[in-house]
Amino acid sequence: MSFPLAFNAELFIQLLVSGITLGSLYGLIALGYSMVYGILKLLNFAHGDVYMIGAFVGYGTLQLLGGPLSPNIAIAPLIVLMFLAAMLASGLLGVVIERFAYRPLRDAPRIAPLISALGVSFFLQNSALLLFGAQFRSYDSFVLGSKNPEFFEPGPLTDPLFVVKNVNIQLVQVIVVATTASLMVALTLLVAKARIGKAMRATSYDREAAAMMGIDTDRVIATTFFIGSLLAGAAGVMFGLLFSQVFHFMGFLAGLKGFTAAVVGGIGSIPGAMLGGLLVGLAESFAAGYLGGRWSDLTVFGILIFVLLVRPTGLLGTRAIQKV
Amino acid sequence: MEAGGDRQGIGVDDWVASHEHRLAERAGFAGLARKIDDRVPAWARLTLFAAFAASLPLWMGRGDLFAYGIFTLIYILLGLGLNVVVGYAGLLDLGYVALFGFGAYFYALLSSEQYGIHWPSAISIPVVVASTALLGLILGIPSRRLLGDYLAIVTLFFGQAFVVFVNAANPTVAGVGLTGGPNGIADIDPNDIFGYELISRTQQYYFILVVVLLVLTGLHFLSESRTGRAWRALREDPLAAEAMSMPVNRLKLKAFAFGAGIAGLAGCIFAAVLTAVTSGNFGLPILITIYAVVILGGIGSLTGVVIGAIVINVSFQFLAPENPQQNARVLFYLVIVLLLAFGVRPWWRLGVVLGGVAALGFAAHAVAGAISSSWTAGPVVEGGRLAGVISDWVIIPAGHERFANAAYITLVVLILTLTRVHGWWRTGLLVPTLYLTAVVWETSFVEQPAVARWILFGALLVFLMTVRPQGLLGTPRVEIV
Repeated sequence: MSFPLAFNAELFIQLLVSGITLGSLYGLIALGYSMVYGILKLLNFAHGDVYMIGAFVGYGTLQLLGGPLSPNIAIAPLIVLMFLAAMLASGLLGVVIERFAYRPLRDAPRIAPLISALGVSFFLQNSALLLFGAQFRSYDSFVLGSKNPEFFEPGPLTDPLFVVKNVNIQLVQVIVVATTASLMVALTLLVAKARIGKAMRATSYDREAAAMMGIDTDRVIATTFFIGSLLAGAAGVMFGLLFSQVFHFMGFLAGLKGFTAAVVGGIGSIPGAMLGGLLVGLAESFAAGYLGGRWSDLTVFGILIFVLLVRPTGLLGTRAIQKV
Repeated sequence: MEAGGDRQGIGVDDWVASHEHRLAERAGFAGLARKIDDRVPAWARLTLFAAFAASLPLWMGRGDLFAYGIFTLIYILLGLGLNVVVGYAGLLDLGYVALFGFGAYFYALLSSEQYGIHWPSAISIPVVVASTALLGLILGIPSRRLLGDYLAIVTLFFGQAFVVFVNAANPTVAGVGLTGGPNGIADIDPNDIFGYELISRTQQYYFILVVVLLVLTGLHFLSESRTGRAWRALREDPLAAEAMSMPVNRLKLKAFAFGAGIAGLAGCIFAAVLTAVTSGNFGLPILITIYAVVILGGIGSLTGVVIGAIVINVSFQFLAPENPQQNARVLFYLVIVLLLAFGVRPWWRLGVVLGGVAALGFAAHAVAGAISSSWTAGPVVEGGRLAGVISDWVIIPAGHERFANAAYITLVVLILTLTRVHGWWRTGLLVPTLYLTAVVWETSFVEQPAVARWILFGALLVFLMTVRPQGLLGTPRVEIV
């Protein structure tokens, strides 16, 4: 490895840590894309905006419980509540979107649900703009639980949990990675063991045959949307906790990157989504660190196009056979 | 609503069923529009459009000519290009705006002080169109390997990458930032015809009109040509087309290049008319608008694109922030009443609905006013002809941000519920929905017309896709399994 000037271990570790945190966020978004694509062969463009709504619901919950400066309850249950509210709201939103924008188009030409998805995405973005305004809303997560928030004394979320080579690894970063990992394990178990997981796999393998075997495919698809959107909602709150600022347009780019992660990892594969998320997060982080922030998005897009051209099935995906 | 789902019952012949479906397709307003579209020959439609468009500068002010005339023509041009890719060849190209942007920026570089180059249009436009077509060709190369959705995402990324590149990257070439970053490129030369510069709006308008008419004519012949028919075959079933030994990959690339060329042409005109380009002009909103143009009129129909562009741009300009809002208000209520008139049958049910809405409004206003006078104390934005009625009818509380948000969310929920219920339930639910629509319009949409129009466009896309995916004049496509 050759780095510009001298190899700076501190910078490298810093970028590595932020890349992993960012990557777990993208991995969660990627899962939603991946699951929906696996089951419906539909690119859910609105997924990024579900994530945005999740972030806003988390913000709303925080405000409802007293705001970051003077929360009414202890910080740990507060964060848990924010996650739960955002996940539930996003999940329901996902189900509603599926019910009204995609289900009527189940048998339409392939292009119709894509355009519908584009419309939903645009609708959600601008509804958020109408409801919440164009300004950034801040979680102010760094003062959460602080003893002197009015003096902007950092709270426990930014406490360094470990210190590696002078780089602080903050509690919030650990929370993000740990939550992602546990959600991922739960999802893997659900898909592998539970009855609904089995039904999901059957539906994604062959929807018609699954329906003939007595599986209520509509319910399975709705569940898939619920779970996928729920994960996006969790990712939204994580973004708020990590970067503090949420705004109406945040879903678009995050959605694109989440999709990149899903494709890079192999669409339809759960570990693939995680792996893809980490790769995209690391790529973005290192590109921002070594090439400059303006190139980070272009790097991610470049990776996607490269992967699609070289290995369209992604790293862990299986090649789909086109049936006639 | 649509007979499509269960039309083929047991014992019904396939052909008879599809024939009956076609007959049913002909009913109602959309059916009438299609019938007219079929009966009137193409040259007559073109002449009609040309005559109407040519008369525009005679009775329109200069500002209106710019907003309504020139922009509609640019939308027509953009819609026509997208129609080739999406409508004829059935390739979902979400990077189309980037090609438009590339054309505009390239033209700007060739005719501004950015590098001190001032090429005449007779050279720069063909160069720009050819290079945009080439870029489209390159963008189309992934389409050889990627199926529908992947193509959509790659092109969407291309579009986004273009905006990022132009806005943030702005690489330095020959000592100057190539694209001007967030400031864009300003002071672009107008188009000229062999040295004669088109400076006045009327001259520009006629120039663009001629270009649009030429492109329309060309596309008409193209769509009837061997290539045009091959594209449609490709759209309907790529596998079957390939089995019929059609050069599928070459056809796809051709469609991409053609669409891109038209986008580049539109870019040249856009840059010259606006005299400045910035990255904000080539983002997601304009993509949605062009898609709305193509889909509203009917995918694959030239007349449809023209109608779509007129409808979309006129409503767009009505909702422009600088426009006096009473125009938008009148249009909004007019559209709702028209939709009701076409959608609610029989007529007495329409009467019940309208009467109910009026009564509900006055009752709600009276109740709200009786509870607290501040509930109805909000001013009617911008006044206008309808203001007197509205202030007595719609509840506009004094400081109403919370109220407006709640009303908006309730309205969305109501409209979604409305699609799930039928018969008298629907009629009954229509009354509060309509009233709430008026409330939302008066409390939030009027204040942020720019946001409102995007919301309406997004909803329009979803609505059209679920109710009438073929648009006004398009042919319904049957997915054969």
